[in-house]
Amino acid sequence: MQEAMAFTPQLDASSIAQWLWLIPAVPIVSSGIIALLKQPRRKMASGLAIGSLGFSLIVAIAAFAHVLSGWSHGFAVREVVNFSWIQVGAQSVELGWVLDPLSAVMMVMVCFVGLLIFIYSTGYMEHDENYTRFFCFLALFAGAMLGVVISNSILLLFMCWELVGLTSYLLIGFWYQKPAAAAAAKKAFVTTRVGDIFFLLGIVWLFAQTGTLLFYDHGAGSLESLALGGLLVHQSHWGLTAAGAIGLLIFAGAAGKSGQLPLHVWLPDAMEGPTPVSALIHAATMVAAGVYLIARVYSLMSAGAVAHGGAAGTTTALMVVTWVGAATALFAALVAVAQNDIKRILAYSTVSQLGYMMAGLGVGGVAVGMFHLITHAFFKALLFMGAGSVIHGAHEEQDIRKMGGMKPAMPWTFATYAVGMLALCGVPIFFSGFWSKDAILESAHQWPVAQAPYYMLIFGAVLTAFYMTRQLSYVFFGAYRGHGQAHESPRVMTGPLVILAFFAMALGVIGTPAWPWFRSFLENHAAEVEMHAFAESAWLMLLLTSCVIVAVGIGLAWWLYGDKSPRAEEPDALEKAIPPVWTVFANRIYVDELYGVTVIAFYYWWAKVADWIDRNIWGGIVAGITLLFKVWAQVNRFLDTNMVDGGFDKGCEELYNGGGILARIQNGRGQIYLRLLAVAVVVLAAILIWSGRP
Amino acid sequence: MANPLTGYLIVAALVFAIGLAGALTRRNAIMVLIGIELMLNAANLNLIAFWRYGRHPEVLTGMMFAIFSIAVAAAEAAVGLGLVISIYRHAKTTDLEQMNRMKG
Repeated sequence: MQEAMAFTPQLDASSIAQWLWLIPAVPIVSSGIIALLKQPRRKMASGLAIGSLGFSLIVAIAAFAHVLSGWSHGFAVREVVNFSWIQVGAQSVELGWVLDPLSAVMMVMVCFVGLLIFIYSTGYMEHDENYTRFFCFLALFAGAMLGVVISNSILLLFMCWELVGLTSYLLIGFWYQKPAAAAAAKKAFVTTRVGDIFFLLGIVWLFAQTGTLLFYDHGAGSLESLALGGLLVHQSHWGLTAAGAIGLLIFAGAAGKSGQLPLHVWLPDAMEGPTPVSALIHAATMVAAGVYLIARVYSLMSAGAVAHGGAAGTTTALMVVTWVGAATALFAALVAVAQNDIKRILAYSTVSQLGYMMAGLGVGGVAVGMFHLITHAFFKALLFMGAGSVIHGAHEEQDIRKMGGMKPAMPWTFATYAVGMLALCGVPIFFSGFWSKDAILESAHQWPVAQAPYYMLIFGAVLTAFYMTRQLSYVFFGAYRGHGQAHESPRVMTGPLVILAFFAMALGVIGTPAWPWFRSFLENHAAEVEMHAFAESAWLMLLLTSCVIVAVGIGLAWWLYGDKSPRAEEPDALEKAIPPVWTVFANRIYVDELYGVTVIAFYYWWAKVADWIDRNIWGGIVAGITLLFKVWAQVNRFLDTNMVDGGFDKGCEELYNGGGILARIQNGRGQIYLRLLAVAVVVLAAILIWSGRP
Repeated sequence: MANPLTGYLIVAALVFAIGLAGALTRRNAIMVLIGIELMLNAANLNLIAFWRYGRHPEVLTGMMFAIFSIAVAAAEAAVGLGLVISIYRHAKTTDLEQMNRMKG
């Protein structure tokens, strides 16, 4: 398939590309309007949010159709619209947006999943008093995320990236009255900021090297061959090319956003936010932004592969991506096994699946990683919304040990949840998760550098099947152990679940080995149906492996947990079997504790040092200067009271006394005045006479 | 007496002193006015005497001066009396000891 005829590049922006900016702009504007609404205008707020995203979905589908029609006529569609934002001397800061298969697929996914989650939220948040605020943030998030998707300038992407981070913070801390939620929001913000610092460094370096912020600019963009050639010539430290080093910096940003090791700690805590938020932001879209970013700059990451015959995925940057992804996939799956909070299990599962995507990007390229991203977005959103429905039905209970036996009470939720769970486990043939995960495993198997990631991913897949089965049997089977009576959620919540469940099954069609439409679409060559691909021995081996994985995982979990109904205080079945291992997993392999005694302890120590310096050195200097001025002020005060004031008072007193004497003459009697006059004249005359004047 | 002017001047000084004493010591406003008239007339006497024994007795400057002064004195006396009557109507007295409303 790789040697299919090259497509003609098509670069001129069509009218749909000119109007692409509407996709993020409309939700952002509607978020602004919602922000101005009063609290009781609930219907209007949700209507505006849903309407704006619906509009974006329509535009996105139109854009997708445009790319699709170009593709089917043999054009490699990549339409860019660039404009200058700030002009500084000869340099200018350029922004712009791009319409190509990658952004088209992603924006349709974001709009569609987002729209379903918006609709679901109207049911889930029905009784919340800050309903309008919630939809304001949701719409802002959707706009910012779509901005990330369409941007053609790494600066614009970074701005939207930060906006996404901000809305994530706002939405995790939506119930800020809860201390845990406020702390989780802060943690998420700070942790992702660590990655973003590296990302920003990468951006600056890229700009310094290539002189442009645009990805594609008719041959002058930073991801086009001219700039990439320049980046490869320039050697950085430790034998990395500049391209590789910049790629690694950008990957650090992506790792922060996508919860890769070692920056994954914020994502499980982020589950303090409302469940639709967890579904939209921390499962389907935002956390996938990191994966999308790597896919966007993939030509930078993969530039200059020379080892192993120039095979894809053998550059240093992509090797790092693969190893980190595989390690995250395995690590998070291990932790997920021993969690008891329904959303926390799903959160670790998300971290794990993001690791799969990263590994898929590393070993197999854009199409492999992105395919898993798309299918995962659907079934993980489905699982989170199902979990929200379960929580809703079990009266805000999140501990799976206090649920159980909810299958008869919540038939719709159970059916859709089971579909999501089977898709996540990768049950062969019928579920989309199988096809996308298989593509990753296949690529990992063929990775020329090492085989370890393949085995790590295989083991992760077994664990995935295990923990999902454990969760399902805890929640839906056995006897009900919660309080009150479990009940089914309203139609507005189950409706989106059914739609997502359909896609969780059907989406696999676009990426089967026999008809790899998705890969062809992203890589711009024609898709052909090759039924014989199913008969290839390698693929059959893989199918067999997958069957074994799923069977082992689900079987083991069912054997341990099954249709039992353990009481809440009873230890877990696995805990009884292997207590030390369980304890380690249940404590999330002590990563938080490790950070507590290293990074955070260091910051505490450093803060104490800074405090000491502040108090004793800077404070001392300030106190010394203060003392000097105090003494000077005392001297001034003494001079004032005793000399200036004294002199002034004395003068005033004299004037007053003098005035008193003169006032006595002024008695208002004309004759006295005249007498004085006469005396004065006599005295004057006497003076004149005695002075000897003639 | 060598120079008759000295006699006139002494008489005028005496009249002026009597007028001044009257104006300064009398309590009755009418008597004060009379004192002022005396002083004015003493001055007139001086004017006439200096003219009559001055360098140019042939021009009538002193006479003119005295007539002017008498005319002004008449007007002044009329205004003074008017004021006195007005004050009397207001305060029912012409005693200057009680007229101390000029003090601030």
